[in-house]
Formats: sequence, C-alpha cells, structure tokens
Amino acid sequence: MFTKKKRQDSAAKRGRRHPLANVALIAIGLIATGGAYAGISSATAQTESTVVSQASVEDGEKLFQANCATCHGFNLEGSDEAPSLIGVGAAAVDFQVGTGRMPMQAHNVQAPEKPVQFTDDQISSLAEYVASVAPGPAIPEEQYLDADGDAANGAELFRINCAMCHNVAGAGGALTEGKYAPSLMGVSEAHIYEAMITAPQNMPVFNDMNLSPEDKRDIITALKFMENEVSVGGHPLSSLGPVAEGLFIWIFGLGSIIAVTVWITAKSN
Amino acid sequence: MAHDDNSGAELAAAASSDHGPENNVSTGTAVVANDAVENPGFPPHRQRVTDLNPKKERTAERTVYTLFYLSIIGSVWAIAAYMLFPIEPENLLSVRLNNLFIGVGVALALLGIGIGAVHWAKALMADHETIDERHPVRGTDETRARAVEIFETANEESGFGRRTLIRNSLLGALVAFPLPAVVLFRGLAPEGQDPVALLNETAWEAGTRLARDPSGVPIKASDVTLGSAFHVIPEGLSEMDHMLEEKAKAIVLLMRLKPEDLNEREDRKGWSYDGIVAYSKVCTHVGCPVALYEQQTHHLLCPCHQSQFDVTNHCAVIFGPAARPLPQLPIAVDDEGYLIAQSDFQEAVGPSFWERH
Repeated sequence: MFTKKKRQDSAAKRGRRHPLANVALIAIGLIATGGAYAGISSATAQTESTVVSQASVEDGEKLFQANCATCHGFNLEGSDEAPSLIGVGAAAVDFQVGTGRMPMQAHNVQAPEKPVQFTDDQISSLAEYVASVAPGPAIPEEQYLDADGDAANGAELFRINCAMCHNVAGAGGALTEGKYAPSLMGVSEAHIYEAMITAPQNMPVFNDMNLSPEDKRDIITALKFMENEVSVGGHPLSSLGPVAEGLFIWIFGLGSIIAVTVWITAKSN
Repeated sequence: MAHDDNSGAELAAAASSDHGPENNVSTGTAVVANDAVENPGFPPHRQRVTDLNPKKERTAERTVYTLFYLSIIGSVWAIAAYMLFPIEPENLLSVRLNNLFIGVGVALALLGIGIGAVHWAKALMADHETIDERHPVRGTDETRARAVEIFETANEESGFGRRTLIRNSLLGALVAFPLPAVVLFRGLAPEGQDPVALLNETAWEAGTRLARDPSGVPIKASDVTLGSAFHVIPEGLSEMDHMLEEKAKAIVLLMRLKPEDLNEREDRKGWSYDGIVAYSKVCTHVGCPVALYEQQTHHLLCPCHQSQFDVTNHCAVIFGPAARPLPQLPIAVDDEGYLIAQSDFQEAVGPSFWERH
C-alpha cells in the first residue's frame, strides 16, 4: 500500500515537472544573480563626490596630504609601501588617479583599474601640485589626442612595441606572477598617451625619442580604429585568441555535434 | 530482464547452421568462455506515438514538409541575400552583413533537409527492429583457391618470377625514384652555404649601429631613458638580401636599468653601457620573440610557453622550459653617441640545433 502510494506520488511529480525544469531554474537563478550584481556595481560606480573646486596647487596639496601622503610621504619622497613621486609629472597623476588605479585599494601585485575616486577638478589640482614640486612629463597636448593620424603606421608600431603584452587586438594579456597588461579598449586617448610616457607599474617607458608624439598619435588612432570598427569575422570572443576560441568550439561546437548524434540515434517518442 | 519471444537462441542456431563447418577451427590458446553472456535479444517493441495516434502522425508529416519548405526558403534567401547585401569596398559592415545573411540562408537550406530527413525516418518510416548478421571474415575455400590461382596465373603470364632481370630492374627503379626528392629538399637550404654557420652568425658586426624597428633610425645612448624598452634591428637591415631572414635572427631588445641593479659577470662587465643592456629577442626554447619586459621586476616573459628570464642576471632562466639564457649582444657607444655592437652575438641565437655548442 505504502509503496504503491509512493509510486503514485513520484509519478505525479514527474507529470508536474518538465525534465528541463531544473536546468531552467538554475539558468533563471544565475541570470537573476548576475543581473542584480551588475545593477549594484554600476550603481556604486556612479556614486562620486560632486565637490567642485578651483584647480590650484594649494587645493592639490591638501588633497594630496589627505589622500596620498600616507604612502607617498608628505614631501612626495615615497616610503617602503610606495614609490617616490618626485619628477613623475602631471601626466602620471592624471593617468593613475584618472583611471582609478590610485588611491590603491589594497597592496597587491598590481593596482587594478577601478571607479575614479576624484572629480576632474580634484585630479587636475593633484596633478598641478605634484608637477609643482618637481618637473616631469606634462599632460599631453590635444593635437596628439584627436585619433586622426595614420592608423596603418600606428598599427605597425603597436604590433612591434605594444602587442606582445597588450595583445594584437589590444585586449590585454597575462604577465608573470599574477600581473597583467590591461585591455586597451575603452581607454581614453589621453590615458593611452600618458601610459606611454610615464610607464605605470611594470610597463616600460616609450619616451619621445623612441616613439615621437606623432607616432603616439598614430598608435592611438590605430587603437581607436580597432575599438570602433566592426569586426568582419563576427563576434570576436574578447579577442583573447586561441584559448577563448578553442574553449568556445569545444563547448558549443562539439556539444552541438554530440546533441545531434544523440538525437539521431534516440528512438522516436 | 524482459525477453522477446524470437530472441537469441534462434538467431544463434541460425548462425551456427549457416557456417557450421568453418567454425570448427582449433581455438588455440584463446580462452573459451563456457558461461558467455547470453544474447538478451530485443527489448519489447514499443509503438511510437505516430503509430498510435493519427493526429500525431499528421503533425509529424507537417513538421517534415515544413522543414523541407524552410530549406527551399533558405536557399532562395541565400540567393536574395547575395544580391541584397553586396560587399562594398572599404565598408567592413557590408562584408559582415553579406557573410551573415548568406550564411543564415545556406545553414537553413542544409539543416532543413537534414533535420527533415532524420525526423521523417524516425517518426514516420516503418518501425521494426531487425538484425543484420555480420558476415564471417574468412572467405570460402573456393574463393581462396581462386585468389591463389589468379596470382599464379598472373605470375606465369607476366613472368615476374621467371624473368628476374625485369623484376630486379623494376625494384631498382622503385628504389631510385624518391631520390630526386631528397636532393631537391636539400636544395631548400641556402645553396653553397653551411647551414650551421648561418645559424651561428647574425647580421650584427663590430660597429653596427643599433636602430629602431621598423624605421631603422639609429639609437643614441641618451635616447634610452631609465625603464625604457627599445625594439632593435641592426642599421641597414632593410638593404640586406634576405632581409626578413636576417631580421628573424638579429632582433634585439634594448633596456635601461639602474646600473646598480645589474649583477654583471666579470667577463661581461664591458658588454653593457651605463645600465643599457641588449639581449636577443629570440627565445632559446623554440624561438618565439621574448619581449614582455616588466620594468620593475626586470623579468622578461616569453608569451608562448611562459619561460621567464631575469634581465639583471644576464637573462638567466628563472621559470619555464627554456634551457639557456638569452644571448647578450655586447654594446658600446661611438664618438657620436650612437649605440653600436661590439661584435656579433658570442653564441648562436634561438633554439637548439644539433651542431650548436
């Protein structure tokens, strides 16, 4: 009696629930979690302080002492934790603070890009202050940032000087011991230029004797071309090369072949 | 376990009666299983919904012809898409749309036929299980005798066994005909030159200026600021014969470190200039270009197999499959301030080869 009832129960359950119900449930759960997370993180990204201040060396000094001096020292002399900022110039400040890399959140192998912590005015105050202590590379001139140079020359220079770390499509790549060259897609023209002249973190310097300002303009042009032009071959799969593409074909290509063979050999309902 | 009425036993009996005599061969050392698994036969025949329900049968029929019609639509669409979305020069989006829509049409055309045919066979065609017995591999005695006979006749009529001179000269010809290929392949190596010597030397000579890749503009020592990495070729490379072959061997990475960071060996103290060092960019593992220079850790990473070299220690291997340090190019500065090579590399660049020392 008991067993019979149980069997009926399970039959009823089987009748109520579609075999794909579990898969669908997991998919819905994942999408909901991912969506909620994306919403929350973009919401936090938008919370920025809206303090507007006059760009000036004094403001920059105050900001520096409040936010940077703990590690970089009150006179920019650096400490065991952080390098000296004497002579790094306005360009380095604009790059590091303007991409959110500084202030650093945690001491790690590499400072990652994150939501910017200061307003544009505050960043230029900081940059002016650091540049006033000792001269260094200045924020690049507008004429080199118009992304209207020779894209072909820029692409050749990019392949020779940059592509080994940043990937031939500018998608970024891995370095040693957890460090990485970040993706260059979506990086502003000024930040690309500043990175080349100030050598943030483990990136080597590409000074104006190595790549002239015109060459840098061409490289920026090539990068912006890659960013904005459609990819003829369809979806680029993050342009990560054989790993991403191989994984895709192994999972979806072979997966669909297996699904089709199972369907062909299965008995009809 | 369910048993079909006309299962195993009958089939086994039929099989043994078909070719009983041939099966009486010695089993030799093979293990004869006395308790071999019994043929379970067919599972009970289960009728499909299309056999039981005429409505479902009609649905299946409709699905199949709809799929075939879809295939026709796909083919026509592919032709239409070819005309509607032509490839316009200079417009990458047009290439993409052209590929996409023609591809969708052709995929629909082929998948429609394929899926329709399989569904037709599975849902509507007659459904009964049969067994196709595998034919015995051994031919009948007659066939075997006939085969031997054919060979003998052929041998007799052609005189292959009898006319030994013809046979042997044919064998000689067969041996000789691949030889030209061997000689021709050897000809792919540089003519009149020793490949070992070619691999041992590069375009660098004493006094050759270090120049930027790709412009070929020579580099002054003062251009190379601290933390810089220059991609270097020998000056005048573009005028050389076999420029790309020379470039493949001669590429160099130039870096400037703080002089106190370099741990230089006594015999190589003179190979750098004020912290500027030059190393071959060809990995000693399998020859990928090693140029992922980290200016703070002074590590060089090869992107192919993750070999790591320590620039402060004469590019000693600190990780990965490379077996040797990267060869160092001895450099100096001429009277005009340009960086020059003191000599060629002191050892062969790139991966190992038999005669490398």
